[in-house]
Amino acid sequence: MNASAPAPSTGSATSAVWLVAEREISSKLRSKAFLISTGILLLIALAGILIGGFTSKNPEATTVAVTGETASVVEALPNVKVTEVADRAEAEELLRSEEVEAAVLPGDGPLGYTVVALTDAPSSIVGGLSVSPDVEILQPATTNPLLRYFIAIGFGIVFLMAASTFGGTIAQSVVEEKQTRVVEVLLSAISARTLLAGKVIGNTILAMAQILALAAIATVGLIVTGQNEVLSSLGAPIIWFAVFFLFGFVLLASLFAAAASMVSRQEDIGSTTMPITMLVMAPYILVIVFNDNALVLTIMSYVPFSAPVGMPMRLFVGEAQWWEPLISLVILVASCVAAIAIGAKIYENSLLRMGRKLKLAEALRA
Amino acid sequence: MTTGQLELSGITKSYGDRRVLDDVSFEVAPGRLTGFVGGNGAGKTTTMRIVLGLLSADGGSVALDGAAVSAEDRRRFGYMPEERGLYPKMKVQEQIVYLARLHGFGKADAEARATALLTELGLGERLNDTIESLSLGNQQRAQIAASLVHDPEVLILDEPFSGLDPLAVDVVAGVLQSAASQGAAILFSSHQLDVVERLCDDLVILADGTIRAAGSRDALRAQHASDRYELISAGDAGWLRTEPGVTVLDFEGGYALFDADGPETAQRVLRAAVDRGDVASFTPAHPSLAQIFKEVIQ
Repeated sequence: MNASAPAPSTGSATSAVWLVAEREISSKLRSKAFLISTGILLLIALAGILIGGFTSKNPEATTVAVTGETASVVEALPNVKVTEVADRAEAEELLRSEEVEAAVLPGDGPLGYTVVALTDAPSSIVGGLSVSPDVEILQPATTNPLLRYFIAIGFGIVFLMAASTFGGTIAQSVVEEKQTRVVEVLLSAISARTLLAGKVIGNTILAMAQILALAAIATVGLIVTGQNEVLSSLGAPIIWFAVFFLFGFVLLASLFAAAASMVSRQEDIGSTTMPITMLVMAPYILVIVFNDNALVLTIMSYVPFSAPVGMPMRLFVGEAQWWEPLISLVILVASCVAAIAIGAKIYENSLLRMGRKLKLAEALRA
Repeated sequence: MTTGQLELSGITKSYGDRRVLDDVSFEVAPGRLTGFVGGNGAGKTTTMRIVLGLLSADGGSVALDGAAVSAEDRRRFGYMPEERGLYPKMKVQEQIVYLARLHGFGKADAEARATALLTELGLGERLNDTIESLSLGNQQRAQIAASLVHDPEVLILDEPFSGLDPLAVDVVAGVLQSAASQGAAILFSSHQLDVVERLCDDLVILADGTIRAAGSRDALRAQHASDRYELISAGDAGWLRTEPGVTVLDFEGGYALFDADGPETAQRVLRAAVDRGDVASFTPAHPSLAQIFKEVIQ
């Protein structure tokens, strides 16, 4: 207190929102557990892409022993390491000592040579030397099913991790303020809506930063390992994922905050946020199980909770028309606005009610 | 600092069928400390929450300088809730700076204020410790800093002295008195009636949701003063028992405590006592706040 105290420059509600957001971010960034787990997440993502990249690029060459007569037979085969031997005996010796996986030796068959192996013949050699019929596929698969599966897991897991980590953070922060009663002091300075907005914005910034860091790492990883093809087909879906995630997370964060405001103790967070946790888990499970089911993916790509996973997936496999993400985004933004309105109402009504868990109907009534 | 008088008029509040506040009206004047006393569950905390806009009243109004209190006015209110609460893992100074900024102060200004106030409250060496690492008494001081850091016009303190040792009570009392001397209107509740008695200028007594007494402390005292006197004289005071209009409550040798049936009787007794020997002391016995409190809440 001092006599010549200047009247405080009554800051606007906007600056109070930023103050709250700033506090949310700085207290999270100070948590060692958070920094370590984020570091590990980024490392795993990088390692996954690098390992995947290197193994797919350098499949091990198949070692083959040939004699002078059969050398020309394997010449045309890709990715084969040829060792020339004098005769069958020498070839068998190399096979038994496992220095070569197969030997192509002169034989009596119609082809004039025999593939000899120790236990089983390498399919690349047998396949390469076999005569295949001409095959014509009317609807060629646009993507490798394995790649499709991994991409599905990738989008699913990133959504699940980021949404549950930061949704959980917002729920904890709401209950912490209730449990320690600091909320009474805060509400004597700013409105409940300002407080809620600050929390949602702060955690959204953190979640988006994590997503963007992952996207950057994925891009760098793909470039380093020379997987430019994957990168070019994944680029647009990743950008759409980020955009959908932004609104999807704001939607979820409002619901997490509202659910958390209905309880007064940390122990009750789990039960109160259970329905929302289910909503967060659903897209992850669905996209893994149904990543080759066009109908399920189409539905997922329009339902607001799963659109952040479903739509980028459909874009990646090339099943979505250009206008589809725009329509889905409009639906998502509209649901987001509705969730904020309902969430803010519950939050305002519940924040100062201590003690037992409130029922949803009580929280919605003023 | 612009000063304003806080006026509550006709506040009512019910929880379901239970009426917790009934036509509560009183004033908190700028530059004065108003003590707010009442038993547990009398409705003090509810009243304070209504003043702060944390709860809405069913009826009645809260006005500052004659105009209904707005959200903007409330940013110039300071509040210390009964259930203490600050962020446990946040550093003391950071926490107070944050609250000052929420109340609209710029960063540098907020930091200077927080540091000065915390130092005044004896937390100068704990600025960078987390709240949870402080003793309860020190957490309490930090809480007081939280309510004062933005130089509030109106200060609402729910039990600011509970849990403080006598030295800390003096420190906090000093800070509150200096806030009042700067012109703040201060309302504080307490169960420690001796502290309230020593500190407050005005008094509001609440019981069962209704105001039982309100006004300046001295006026209340005078209003509840009885014709009770204490006499200490050289001789034996036994003669008092036969004086007409006198009821002796306690007596031992030269000491007597008695009720007189009027000021004239008291004067007559004093003259008689002087006639009988030296009088060391003859004083009207003021009722203590505890006595007034018991009397009005019955």
